[in-house]
Amino acid sequence: MNRLELTGLTAGPAQVWGGVRLVPLVRRAPVEGLRLHREVYEGLGAGIVELGPRERYLSYIPHGLVADWSGEEDGRGAGRQSAAYGTQFGGGDVPRTVPLPPVPHHRMAKRRPGDRLRFLPLHLALEGYLALHFGGPSTAWEEWSRTALRDGLTPRAEDAYLGRSVRGLADALRIFEIHPGQCGVMVYVSDALAAAFVVAHPDDYRVLHASLVEDLYGELVHQYALYGAPVAAPVVRIGGAEHIRDLGALRSAARAQERAWAEAHDTLFARELLDTSYAFERVYRMKSFTLWRFLPPFVRDGGGQHIGETITDHKGQVAYLKTFRLSDAQIRRGHLLRTVAGADWELDRAAAALGSSREELVRRMRAAGFSALLRSSL
Amino acid sequence: MNTPDSRAHSPADLVAAEDVLLFVNAAITATGQREFRSRAVDQQLSLDFLHTYVRVNYRRVYAASLALDINHHNAALIVRRLLETAGEASPEERRTEGRLIAARLAALPPQRVYRLFGELRRAKVNNRRTRAIMRDWLAARPDLGHDAVKYRAGLKTAARHIHLPCPEGGGPLAEVGAFLFRPGRLRRYEHGTLDAWRRAHYEQGALAELPFTVAEGFAAQHGMKREVFLKRAAPRMTRLERLRTREQRVMGERRPDADLTVMPLTRLALYVLSLGFEQRAERRAELTGALRAAARRAAGAHAGSWGRVHAVLDDSFSSSGSGQKRRRPLAVALACHHLLEVLAAPGAYRGSWTSGARDALLVRPWGPTPLGMRILDALEPGADGAAPDRLVIVSDGWDNAPSGLAGEVLRVWRRRLDPARRTAVVHVNPVYDAEGFDVRRLAAEAATAGIRDAEDLPALVEIARFAEGRSGPAELYAYLDRQVARFSGAGAAS
Repeated sequence: MNRLELTGLTAGPAQVWGGVRLVPLVRRAPVEGLRLHREVYEGLGAGIVELGPRERYLSYIPHGLVADWSGEEDGRGAGRQSAAYGTQFGGGDVPRTVPLPPVPHHRMAKRRPGDRLRFLPLHLALEGYLALHFGGPSTAWEEWSRTALRDGLTPRAEDAYLGRSVRGLADALRIFEIHPGQCGVMVYVSDALAAAFVVAHPDDYRVLHASLVEDLYGELVHQYALYGAPVAAPVVRIGGAEHIRDLGALRSAARAQERAWAEAHDTLFARELLDTSYAFERVYRMKSFTLWRFLPPFVRDGGGQHIGETITDHKGQVAYLKTFRLSDAQIRRGHLLRTVAGADWELDRAAAALGSSREELVRRMRAAGFSALLRSSL
Repeated sequence: MNTPDSRAHSPADLVAAEDVLLFVNAAITATGQREFRSRAVDQQLSLDFLHTYVRVNYRRVYAASLALDINHHNAALIVRRLLETAGEASPEERRTEGRLIAARLAALPPQRVYRLFGELRRAKVNNRRTRAIMRDWLAARPDLGHDAVKYRAGLKTAARHIHLPCPEGGGPLAEVGAFLFRPGRLRRYEHGTLDAWRRAHYEQGALAELPFTVAEGFAAQHGMKREVFLKRAAPRMTRLERLRTREQRVMGERRPDADLTVMPLTRLALYVLSLGFEQRAERRAELTGALRAAARRAAGAHAGSWGRVHAVLDDSFSSSGSGQKRRRPLAVALACHHLLEVLAAPGAYRGSWTSGARDALLVRPWGPTPLGMRILDALEPGADGAAPDRLVIVSDGWDNAPSGLAGEVLRVWRRRLDPARRTAVVHVNPVYDAEGFDVRRLAAEAATAGIRDAEDLPALVEIARFAEGRSGPAELYAYLDRQVARFSGAGAAS
């Protein structure tokens, strides 16, 4: 598996507000057997995640998602709880308040009692990106600093922006008119794909729609929203009006316009997300569903590169998806690390692979913020 | 009015006529409150600009719009601006304005007028004319004692501002003066309401004689139970207070007395939408009956005169309005639905909701706005196989599935399928667009008019005629003149 498959999802007509364009993704039938619930944590989003016995990770965590795959396969009920968390009506045994688990969280993806899995949205993906080639050089080349040899790549930190600080996003989400059967949305800022979000069931989407404003967005998205001009609303134009002789013809012309938009979206707007081949890493397996994180190839072709996480069913169809657009600097760092690791951390070979000189590579490493890896005499 | 005699319209006339229609649309829809898509401050800024623009450039039109069905907020704003800038008007204009202002103040709810008087005081507008207008209005109030209790601060400000003589000694005005300016001096009042107010401080029984809003405060002080208080206060409530408290006054199975059939149509629609689905379904006969009765009353002489009417009604998520105007656009659509049913020839009405809802009583603001497809549905011939005579679209002008399709459908349909204009298309829009200084339009082919209360629909369709561009500025000004004559005549007579 190296591609994202958005089969079963059709792009609806976009809604534009200022510089933000939201494209709804509509499913004809919800994916059976998987529901997502939202858990809200105390501490206004500041959270500690314990990765292992001694590794910790501090980040903004507004909420977690609980995937519930206890639904029956025959399609009668998706999930034991048939409504998303927070929307259920219920008897006396339904908890009225949201349980606040004590911080720190243990692990990114953690099994909960029953057929449930809690994971922290986007953090899986971000961690996957941050820990890229975490181990450091496998061979002790003399150019590498002592710390690099001893500890490998020290934990990196990346900046991300909260959805609230992306100008216009909160308003756009508030006035967005959710389609019936909508299971996802593509967020464009200044017509650059900023994020994609897909869930399995429309009811879950309705509850989680507002949570997009609490998500993390890359630096690029923030800048585009701040400095970008309002984007143009898509203009529908019924051409060939002289051939329309009755209402039926007019209706089919109007339908054609609707279809044209969906096709244009998939081939024009979402191309960079759908046509890229990703490196998938399996995080968790639950019955026929698999939770993955994926990394882009880090090629520098000028297009957007997305990291993210996804849950797919046995056919590879996406049931859940959340992506994060990397900025150019982030892509550059990923590209450098990948090249250097590919050359077994040998600077000369890496420089040759990049088609540049050794000095140039050192300069680039330092410019990318990896100076701690290199010996100071270089 | 600035009526040009020539039939050929000069560009300046056309621009003027467009500006007038723009202002009328804004004055009908905008209330300076938050809307679904714009904040209150945007609305106020936008409205402020428009008022200044029209007042400076078309002062006579500005005053004349008082005679149209504009909303109370804008009426008060116009009166205030006219009085503030009286120096810019000629003596003859001032006389017309005076008559219009007096007629409009008589039609405004008293709390609005008192608020306006307070604003005039804060703006330090205190010329002889303003004082005379305020004095006349106060003199025409049926019971100043009642006003003194219910609008105490307002009346006090107004009386101070115009130096209303409240002599000591006998007479009702003397008691009001004593009540407002020398409280606690008189041992008892001759006036019933004033005395009830005095007694209400220590006697729960006196609450029943006070206006409802005043009694509410005393009841809280006395720690009265809400149900007991509402039961006792019911006879003194106004029509709207009765409607507002109706659900609180339900005792078990017994429904309170409020007569739904006498309520205005749009208010009633708002009330219906405030109920849950189960309640609406349970009381279907009662609610539908009340809505139909109100619609019949609102239609009046126009009933049954519109021929075959097809309507597209917007119940998308944006029709939920805002926290300040909760469900207003949807209520207007629901009210229009019932009104159009009455206006159309019997059995010749068909309404389609954008969400595809079939049951008008159970509508809710939900989903996107596929207006283009719904317009196509509405253009289909009716049961008798004939095209509709009128197509009415009630929508906030945002068409997003996909956006702009409604305009394209209307354009192609008008050009290719109905060039003879057999079907009149009217778009009524309950939402003021702060950015565009107007209500949003769907297409050049459809006349657009702002709407606040569905009851005004027949009158608005007349204005929309001018927006379509088929009647020129001359007719528009003649229409305004007629309205002014009718309004100030009616104001003078009453």
